[in-house]
Amino acid sequence: MSRFSKPILLVALCCASAAAFAFDNYGIGRQATPAEVKAWDIDVRADFKGLPKGSGNVQKGNDLFEEKCASCHGSFGESNEVFTPLVGGTTKDDIKNGRVGGFVTGDIPQRTTFTKVATISTVWDYIYRAMPWTAPKSLKPDDVYAILAYFLNLAEIVPEDFTLSDQNIAEVQKKMPNRNGMTTDHGMWPGAPASKGGIGNGGKPDVKNVACMKNCKSEVQIGSTLPDYARTAHGELADQNRSFGPVRGTRTLGQGAVTAAPAVDPNMELATKNGCMACHGVNNKIVGPGYAEVVARYKDQPDAESRLTAKVKNGGQGVWGSIPMPPNGHLADEDIKTLVKWILSGAK
Amino acid sequence: MSDLDKQPGRVRPAPENFLTEEQIREVAAGRRNFLRRSLMAAGAAMAAPLAARAADGDPAILQLPEWSTTLGQPVAARPYGMPSKYESQLLRRESPGLARVGGASVSFCPLQGLFGIITPSGLHFERHHQGWHEVDPARHRLMVNASDPAFLKKPKVYTMDDLMRLPPVSRIHFIECGANTGLEWGNVAVPTVQYTHGMLSCSEFTGVPLKTLLEDCGVDYKKARYVLAEGADGSSMTRTIPMEMVENGEVFVAYGMNGEMLRPENGYPLRLVVPGVQGVSWVKWLRRIEVGDKPYATKDEAVHYIDLMPDGMHRQYTSIQECKSVITTPSGGQTLLNKGFYNVSGVAWSGRGRIKQVDVSFDGGINWQTARIEGPVQNKALTRFNIGWKWDGKPAILQSRAIDETGYVQPTYGQLRKVRGTKSIYHNNAIQSWKVVESGEITNVQVL
Ligand code: HEC
Ligand code: HEC
Repeated sequence: MSRFSKPILLVALCCASAAAFAFDNYGIGRQATPAEVKAWDIDVRADFKGLPKGSGNVQKGNDLFEEKCASCHGSFGESNEVFTPLVGGTTKDDIKNGRVGGFVTGDIPQRTTFTKVATISTVWDYIYRAMPWTAPKSLKPDDVYAILAYFLNLAEIVPEDFTLSDQNIAEVQKKMPNRNGMTTDHGMWPGAPASKGGIGNGGKPDVKNVACMKNCKSEVQIGSTLPDYARTAHGELADQNRSFGPVRGTRTLGQGAVTAAPAVDPNMELATKNGCMACHGVNNKIVGPGYAEVVARYKDQPDAESRLTAKVKNGGQGVWGSIPMPPNGHLADEDIKTLVKWILSGAK
Repeated sequence: MSDLDKQPGRVRPAPENFLTEEQIREVAAGRRNFLRRSLMAAGAAMAAPLAARAADGDPAILQLPEWSTTLGQPVAARPYGMPSKYESQLLRRESPGLARVGGASVSFCPLQGLFGIITPSGLHFERHHQGWHEVDPARHRLMVNASDPAFLKKPKVYTMDDLMRLPPVSRIHFIECGANTGLEWGNVAVPTVQYTHGMLSCSEFTGVPLKTLLEDCGVDYKKARYVLAEGADGSSMTRTIPMEMVENGEVFVAYGMNGEMLRPENGYPLRLVVPGVQGVSWVKWLRRIEVGDKPYATKDEAVHYIDLMPDGMHRQYTSIQECKSVITTPSGGQTLLNKGFYNVSGVAWSGRGRIKQVDVSFDGGINWQTARIEGPVQNKALTRFNIGWKWDGKPAILQSRAIDETGYVQPTYGQLRKVRGTKSIYHNNAIQSWKVVESGEITNVQVL
């Protein structure tokens, strides 16, 4: 705006159409082609604006989920290992009332995706844009319908022989267990209030304190103190503070000073960068085995290195259980070799 | 040494620095004589006998250090400068047990050792949903389109070349995750300010007001009242932004951070800046802006970042980070060296504007004193406060309470829980308390 001379600015303000003056003002940027917009504009709104046509049934969804999702989310979306469970915790009554009873009574053992979400569009949109986690945007719309149909069946919202499609998704919305569980009656939306076509109450805070300065209360009531396990759960606090200055970090683990920064191991960096650490711990199993377990299994096998290199590249299952490792084709062969060497030499 | 030993709340000035681990264990086991012997030995080993040291003065003065007597490193020995090797303690850290995989996790900013209001870029907190990438700026694009063609005359594509030619703004703003302090809704859970408040950072951001771009595309403000921002990463994070914040010029697409380009972890080469609003809306690796006539109910505003209230309803589209403050030094997990003077320092911020006042209490909130604010105080930015304190060696509870320009006063835990219960996860802005005991150790407590 400051580029314009004053008279123009006044005109702009008086006519409340500054946009008209700034349209294509700089000659910078170019028009997006329809194909470009189509490629990126993948969002699906609660009113289903943006939802691609398509359909998929529960059985196909079950198969797809087993193949592409169960390794992280569990066969029934119940796993709590990689992320909180997707399905579970909703009842027939919830489907009827549109409120998840566990939230009302305050005893909900686990907040799953389906206990919380009010809008089925949200789940469709998210799976399509972001899942599977290590290969986002690889699903077709029909796959998403199928997987969602499987979720809905697990949650007992639709029967086993159900086919979900763009035609009936609005009907299914009416059965979402927490569809009436959202409120926008609060003061924390920074735009226009509901009374002016926006959201919320216009910024009115719900919690109030006053700035008392002297003798504000007769006693100090302590509600909670740091539990012992929490004092030591975050490592040596002495090493998380400078060794000079007005204070020192409290020595929580009581060992000798270890002030050196943990050196970043380039192998660990490579493994982290390429997603290996999402599924493998150094010592612990996550989705796949811990590296220490891998070492223990193969330590006397001279051909382990070449076999494992091929396995990591192509993926596979059956050695550690039924959960497959996806192929890791995004890595250069050299990098896979480096990683396997590192793992077999006792990765830390 | 013996003088210090008698004072309550003393910390022996770091014998760890020159004792072996075994010797330290012996000291910890209570063998004080051993400590004295080994201090002598350590002194002897350093050429000057301990006795002589005490009589003549400080060996740090009397024996010239090598940096005074030898040649130092040339310019550009480190073409990109790094912190001193003595600064290895202050790092971003994860909180164990918080997230299961590193690609969908948080690393916390070490507030306990930072000064002023600007967060060093390398210590800016991180929250990723699907890992971070090195996005190639030459192949990065920003698309602006509309949910309905009637809302925008011309959907456009901008390259980084385009964006960096447009007139920029540079502004200092805080960014705080909506879940900051979320672990503490029900009870004390974590030991230090890094983990209680470390999903908080503040930087100078540089970029182009979104208003400029939307007007360049010919937006119809009357019809398009909402904006969807979308990332280019695997999660393609999406969030709804109110058009009012775009129209008033506050929201901008940033490429610069603290004088250089954004760091990859923070959205290189382009992220949205939504001042005063929780971090999740500051979409990183920003690839697309859509204008529309309705909010979007995206995953991170319909499954997460919804605040569970005591009546079982979830508040949706809670976005503003309300007024909050915390004392960063001294704070939980630290120990005071001995009795006497301390500068008590912390930060205050508000998503509704400027900080007006910060009060500090040393007695758990019975009496308060107004702290000194380091100016200039900026809109929706961290504000540093300082206040002097003479510790008498007795137990104390330190608190800070911020007031913003709307007159809103940061609430106590009791006040906050009365309205919102303990299960909300998000938007915990309660007054933080740090308890000091005679030994000088400071721990996290909650005062109601
Ligand atoms: C390699 C592990 C992995 C695989 C495979 C995977 N996911 Fe996920 N999923 C995750 C993680 C991690 C998150 C949480 C991401 C975040 O923090 O934003 C997640 C989140 C989700 C969510 C959102 C849940 C919520 O409450 O926010 C849904 C829905 C989902 N996944 C569905 C799927 C589907 C469908 C598939 C298969 C097509 C799949 N996932 C495959 C790891 C995985
Ligand atoms: C999506 C999860 C996932 C990711 C990502 C992943 N793995 Fe695996 N990995 C697994 C599973 C599951 C197994 C067990 C497969 C089996 O039982 O045969 C496994 C097995 C392995 C094994 C032992 C193979 C054997 O036959 O004993 C190695 C070595 C290994 N992974 C290395 C890697 C490396 C290196 C990477 C990164 C490039 C990686 N993994 C990424 C899930 C994963």
